[in-house]
Amino acid sequence: MITVRIPTPLRPMTGGKSEVEGTGASIGELIEQLNAAHPGLKDRICDEQGEIRRFINVYLNEEDIRFLTGKDTPVKDGDEVSIVPAIAGGSHD
Amino acid sequence: MSFTEEQITRYSRHILLPEVGGKGQKKIAQAKVFVVGAGGLGSPVALYLAAAGIGTIGLIDSDVVDLSNLQRQVLHHTPDVGRSKVQSAKEKIFLLNPDVNVETYEDRFTASNAMNYIAPYDVVIDGVDTFPAKFLINDACYFAGKPLVHGGILRFEGRVFSIVPGQSACYRCIFQQPPPPGLVPSCQEAGIIGVVAGIIGTIQATEALKLILGIGDPLTDRILDFDARKTAFREIRTKRNPRCPLCGNHPDVTELFEHEQEACQLQAPGALGIS
Repeated sequence: MITVRIPTPLRPMTGGKSEVEGTGASIGELIEQLNAAHPGLKDRICDEQGEIRRFINVYLNEEDIRFLTGKDTPVKDGDEVSIVPAIAGGSHD
Repeated sequence: MSFTEEQITRYSRHILLPEVGGKGQKKIAQAKVFVVGAGGLGSPVALYLAAAGIGTIGLIDSDVVDLSNLQRQVLHHTPDVGRSKVQSAKEKIFLLNPDVNVETYEDRFTASNAMNYIAPYDVVIDGVDTFPAKFLINDACYFAGKPLVHGGILRFEGRVFSIVPGQSACYRCIFQQPPPPGLVPSCQEAGIIGVVAGIIGTIQATEALKLILGIGDPLTDRILDFDARKTAFREIRTKRNPRCPLCGNHPDVTELFEHEQEACQLQAPGALGIS
């Protein structure tokens, strides 16, 4: 199984869980499988063309998949995948 | 410049450190730091930098203090409600350390004034709460070649990293553009544990001091994320993106502009904001 870290804004789709397990041979397959288990997740991560949204980063074992082979990046049991969206915040209310 | 006896006493715990010493303390005293936003992040940044003896702290914020700010914006006290944030900040900094020259700008940080505002400063701190402002600060620091310490907070989480323009990953290398407004519901559910602003802001202040002193390993090419619920820090490695729209090989961002979006449009699903 692959451990997937879910950021706060996406937790409503995982029943509040900050980590879920998934399967697949690549990041793309993993996202499809996660979406089957947690409907709606893919739309939050990917755009209409199925590409990962530009304000969301996906990291495999702390490496940005953009510098690996993107959605085709192979994953295997024991890997850890993190979904990291941009966050704002700091000053006002 | 030389220090008075009183200053030597005030800064003695810095001066005792071999990595700082009298020489490092002089670098601190000559440094100019620009803090964008005198709020949740700007408060701890400004207070610790003032205590450290930073020569000049520039503060820009167009807001007045609101009662709901006091839960985390520790520069401002109860009697300051309704007053200008930068004026309130200047008074607190003076009381803490009258050595510090505080320049205040009761203004919005915009594409047209950004370059002028940051020009005199050595390091810039991002203490703003909207994506458009975060991208604008990033872009301005890149064009001006100023090191930037980015911070963001959301609910129980915070994030911090430093950017040395042209050398390490910038905000756009990582997040090319703000989330589109379409994805976005309301602004009401977000909140923030006030002390998370303190944790992230004090790390920003630490990184600014390290950049000024040239000591240690800067928080560049890595994103430090903090989760207060778990009391856990996580580090994500990153690097410059050759396709970065700002600092990549074929940039499309060639001048300053502001993305159109309001903070409160951003509390949404895919990605987002707080305050």
